Amino acid sequence: MRLALIRRDTAARGAMIAAPAVALVLTILCSLVLFAVLGKPAGTALYALLLEPFLSWYSFSEVLLKMAPLCLIAQGLAIGFRANVFNIGAEGQLVIGAIAASALPVWYPDGTSALMLPAMLLLGGLGGMAWGAIAAGFRTRFNANEILVTLMLALIAAQVLNYLLLGPWKDPAGFNFPQSVLFPDAALLPILLPGTRVNVSLLLALAASGLAWVVMRHRFSGYQLLVGGMAPRAAAYAGFSERRAIWISLLVGGLAAGLAGAAEVAGPLGQLQRSVSTGYGYSAIIVAYLGGLNPLGIVLSSFLVSALFIGGDNAMVSAGLPVAAVWVFQSLLLVFYLGGLAFLRYRLVVMHRPAQSVP
Amino acid sequence: MSGIAFILAGTLAAATPLLLAALGEMVVERSGVLNLGLEGMMALGAALGFIVVFLTGNHALGFLVAGLGGAVLSLVFASLVLGFVANQVAAGLGVGLLGLGLSSLVGKAYESRTVPGLPRLHLPGLSDLPLVGPLLTQDIVVWLSLVLALGLWAVLAHSKAGLVVRAVGENPHAARALGFPVIAIRCGAIAFGGTLAGLAGAYASTVYTPLWADGMIAGRGWIALALVVFGTWATGRIVFGALLFGALSLGELSAQAAGVGLPSQVLASLPYAVTILMLAVISSDRRRMRRTAIASLGQPFEP
Repeated sequence: MRLALIRRDTAARGAMIAAPAVALVLTILCSLVLFAVLGKPAGTALYALLLEPFLSWYSFSEVLLKMAPLCLIAQGLAIGFRANVFNIGAEGQLVIGAIAASALPVWYPDGTSALMLPAMLLLGGLGGMAWGAIAAGFRTRFNANEILVTLMLALIAAQVLNYLLLGPWKDPAGFNFPQSVLFPDAALLPILLPGTRVNVSLLLALAASGLAWVVMRHRFSGYQLLVGGMAPRAAAYAGFSERRAIWISLLVGGLAAGLAGAAEVAGPLGQLQRSVSTGYGYSAIIVAYLGGLNPLGIVLSSFLVSALFIGGDNAMVSAGLPVAAVWVFQSLLLVFYLGGLAFLRYRLVVMHRPAQSVP
Repeated sequence: MSGIAFILAGTLAAATPLLLAALGEMVVERSGVLNLGLEGMMALGAALGFIVVFLTGNHALGFLVAGLGGAVLSLVFASLVLGFVANQVAAGLGVGLLGLGLSSLVGKAYESRTVPGLPRLHLPGLSDLPLVGPLLTQDIVVWLSLVLALGLWAVLAHSKAGLVVRAVGENPHAARALGFPVIAIRCGAIAFGGTLAGLAGAYASTVYTPLWADGMIAGRGWIALALVVFGTWATGRIVFGALLFGALSLGELSAQAAGVGLPSQVLASLPYAVTILMLAVISSDRRRMRRTAIASLGQPFEP
């Protein structure tokens, strides 16, 4: 007797809902064991990680705050992933976007112009796009693998940030901390929900999600992009180009990540500092896949992963759990989800006869 | 020590983690699987190896545990891409992030601790030669890695086992029709690659810079992935690429020590920028890439 996966004729819709749910349950079980092995109070840790974010209005608002960049970046990445263009360096595009946006308030710390904020968002988006464009150029011109190039560019972006914060952009009155001056009010995003830190970047993320959904489902360009990446030869015969799929994927992905970076410095941070790069760009990869690369799914998965980050902050206090636990938890979630996804396309069959009879 | 002697003496040691990881990945890719989780497997090996050496003082045990850790993590990857036919890019990234997370979780209590490294072996006669003396005075792992490279070259190019692995990578369906167990061979290749990634990590954290710091692998897993492309999946060229990067990182260190007028961040970015340029130079010869690239690389195999 042995088990085999047999391809289904049509995708199982039920598995699309079941896979994330089963993945969550397995991840919880796995984490319980892992935390216990590490000598942490596993029950307390999971309570803090999964439930506490929803038990107070403040925690819940923080979930909404963190959800905005994750959702925005993941929507951009999913466009590329659906077209088989793998931009895994969103972290770098976010950092460059944050730097480009910070240039204005750093150079004009007393600025009061109403144009400051829109200009910062524009610069942030363009900065992220430019960083993505480098990878697109290397891929289309020199055939260099975009997975490796985007990642290397992300490592370089981290050094650029370090250079600016330790050197020319360091706040002279900042007690030598690696951070820029505090931004003036004109450079800060308006608060959306009074009494919290949630700002209008949440609306930006939701608008981007709506736009992504419309383009994917109802526009021919969305279809062309999909085919251009997945079947370049077929696409070439039909007159759609792989080159275009690569450029659009990396430019849109960079734009989204750059905007998210700009919204971080103009939002909760209020200055350029190292913590602008805490791994949202990498987490957004997990968010994009957990959401099934679907714009609506990504809204849900970004909410879930954001809650994990907030819960992780709580678990650090109440159970002494390091931040790394949040990363272990989300990547376990992705690992189990990818396994579960097999049941979308395959049936598990018990075979009683020897394996030789299988064609 | 003069600059040149410093670079000569350190290049091989700096190249070793890259070489081990890239050799393992070469075998994985030769069998048709792309393992993007290399960085995470190296990080887990680095953390586990460091902890064992810190607690027991025994490097052999440290390398053993690190290799096992890398192998176990790579089997998680193998079960996803082989058992559940998952997307190789997504699975590699997921397992890689898992490895990074686990390494910083288990390594948390050892942050900034140090262990003694391995002694360099003094070869009678050879180590006293002028100029090449320092080059020939290396620790045991460096020599074993070079022997491994030689062995892999012999196996892949001149043995039946090597031929089978390559056949599975070039055309898994034909290999299966000939009766070769494609899934089992790929699983073995992945476990081999994971083991070497774990050992590479352990070398970085217990010998090359014998200390634990979160994130200490610092992109070396990704550079190793690029080295496999740069070396066009051939052992000799991968060794050459690893040595080049070893020399580059030593050059960076001595430039920093000599205080050239560049910010340290520029020097730190250098290996990443060189990786991009190197990939561009090699990959832009599309015809050659098509000839040398592994035909089924990254494609899921459905019997």
